[in-house]
Amino acid sequence: MTTRADGAAPEDPRVGLLREMTRMRLFEERCVELYSAAKIRGFLHVGIGEEAVAVGVSAALAPADPVVSTYREHGHALARGVPMDSLMAEMYGRATGCSGGRGGSMHLFDADRRFYGGNAIVAGGLPLAIGLALADAMRGTGAVTTCFFGDGAYAEGEFHECANLAALWHLPVVLACENNLYAMGTAIERAQAETDLALRASSYGMAAWAVDGMDVVAVAEAARRAVDHVRGGGGPVFLELRTYRFRAHSMYDPERYRDKAEVERWRERDPIDALVARLLEEGALDEAALERIRADALAEVDRSVESAEAAPLEPVEELTRHVYAEQGGRS
Amino acid sequence: MRDALRRDDRVFLMGEDVGRYGGCFAVSLGLLEEFGPERIRDTPLSEAAFVGAGIGAAIAGMRPIVEIMTVNFSLLALDQILNNAATLRHMSGGQVGVPLVIRMTTGAGRQLAAQHSHSLEGWYAHIPGLKILAPATLEDARGMLWTALEDPDPVLIFEHGSLYNDRGTIAADAGPVEIGHAALRRPGSDVTLVCYGGTLPATMAAAATLAAQGVDAEVVDLRTLRPLDEETIFASVRRTHRCVVVDEGWRSGSLSAEISARLVEQCFFDLDAPVERVCSAEVPMPYARHLEEAALPREETIVAAARRTVG
Repeated sequence: MTTRADGAAPEDPRVGLLREMTRMRLFEERCVELYSAAKIRGFLHVGIGEEAVAVGVSAALAPADPVVSTYREHGHALARGVPMDSLMAEMYGRATGCSGGRGGSMHLFDADRRFYGGNAIVAGGLPLAIGLALADAMRGTGAVTTCFFGDGAYAEGEFHECANLAALWHLPVVLACENNLYAMGTAIERAQAETDLALRASSYGMAAWAVDGMDVVAVAEAARRAVDHVRGGGGPVFLELRTYRFRAHSMYDPERYRDKAEVERWRERDPIDALVARLLEEGALDEAALERIRADALAEVDRSVESAEAAPLEPVEELTRHVYAEQGGRS
Repeated sequence: MRDALRRDDRVFLMGEDVGRYGGCFAVSLGLLEEFGPERIRDTPLSEAAFVGAGIGAAIAGMRPIVEIMTVNFSLLALDQILNNAATLRHMSGGQVGVPLVIRMTTGAGRQLAAQHSHSLEGWYAHIPGLKILAPATLEDARGMLWTALEDPDPVLIFEHGSLYNDRGTIAADAGPVEIGHAALRRPGSDVTLVCYGGTLPATMAAAATLAAQGVDAEVVDLRTLRPLDEETIFASVRRTHRCVVVDEGWRSGSLSAEISARLVEQCFFDLDAPVERVCSAEVPMPYARHLEEAALPREETIVAAARRTVG
């Protein structure tokens, strides 16, 4: 519990989760607007509706714990502490972006915060995560790697190779599967012979359980339990986070594969609205505090857009930098 | 590798059968006993997972040597090599480097047929972000690994299967060798023979035969396929005015095509004859010995090509 500067009662930790989810929601809603205004280009995949997963899991991690993510990673990066300014600048392809304008929405990196992308090949981040975990295990650092991936990645061979290797080598890794029920436009029951993903993962000999991914408190608790299990030497954990994306797969997606009623049903379980209702009801939050959270997040988003608009472009003369290490550089 | 493992405790070897079995070509025989299973790490048959794990471990500060049994199997890890190892530094704006070494066997000559005999190093040499090495001598086989381990970027070493039985003594003080330059293996004035890796012995034999016929051939061993040391090739061709490129890859879209194109771009007016290429026949590599021999560049075909250039 954090103590407030005004000496009032300590803040409920769930309010911190709400603050993070609000930042993520408003950032991504603005990204959608900016995309429609042609300020942001490329592919843009937002996780609106999935905020509880990014925020809940990240809340369980220590600063030294590596995170590997997918192309739908704005929330993971934000929750990891990557400054919103550098994320928005990356969306704009500016030199001040977190990847120097070379990555864009799908490739956000922040090595100082051990945030290793931003991988746009489905399941491609899993082997990286296994390797990060292997290195930490060999060096005895005690760090726990988290790898986010979707239910689509579960169908890839790379997932199964990595699940086997993680369990076989007892690696310190949390495999955080964001099961949003769709691999792009393919519903899970059309892609997976057995849709109970945690059940199948447990067959690799690792701890595996499913969580309601729309409940940030449940996610945070499950993630805490998973990280404790891994850090305590219990081996890898597979977490199936059952969630839903309210928006299309990407900005190009006409969403012909699911009906609006289904989306509406899930929207009734909006993770932010649900938490707000709970906190208000329990008196852990009042309308004024709620308004302040929204206003602060909105102001932060506004500032990030302003600074991205004003940020310089990487000079074209720098195009071929960062293909190999610079002279004398060592990594 | 033994030296490397002793020198730097961040170095470890990972791959299929590198430990208990001793390496499928006996390259790592005895290492498990000396360094233990943490550092001589047998993997399941999961190329994408263990190559990718090497990338992740490299990012996190280790210096992995990943062994892939043969180049054909490397295709199962191509996603990790191309989409991660080669791209992470650039995509991250220079934040995430991958100091990884991947070793694999390449090439034909052992009657292993079409799924164990191909020369695909030219494909990998197409990819920015990777460094591609092809040692042809004992000194290079040893020294290049040393240099590769000190390189901050992903380095792929293609070891030709037919060279594994080469034995010899290396100078006691042998150390790292630089990897950016081609080597003149034989000076000559009439024609330049460009080769690398497994084609060096046949090319040297061809040069000796040519000498007996009064043709003085210069042999350039590329050593590094990316970055390509075009200056050494150009300088040689400007002296000899003729060139034969020997490449065990298929002619279409090959490294030999790249070298030939660069010669046309940069040395057109120095050439006294069209550039000749000696490549593998455009077939999946056959099993039968006579067919395999017929498919590969060999001394006679190199000699014939060189003689065509000198008219």
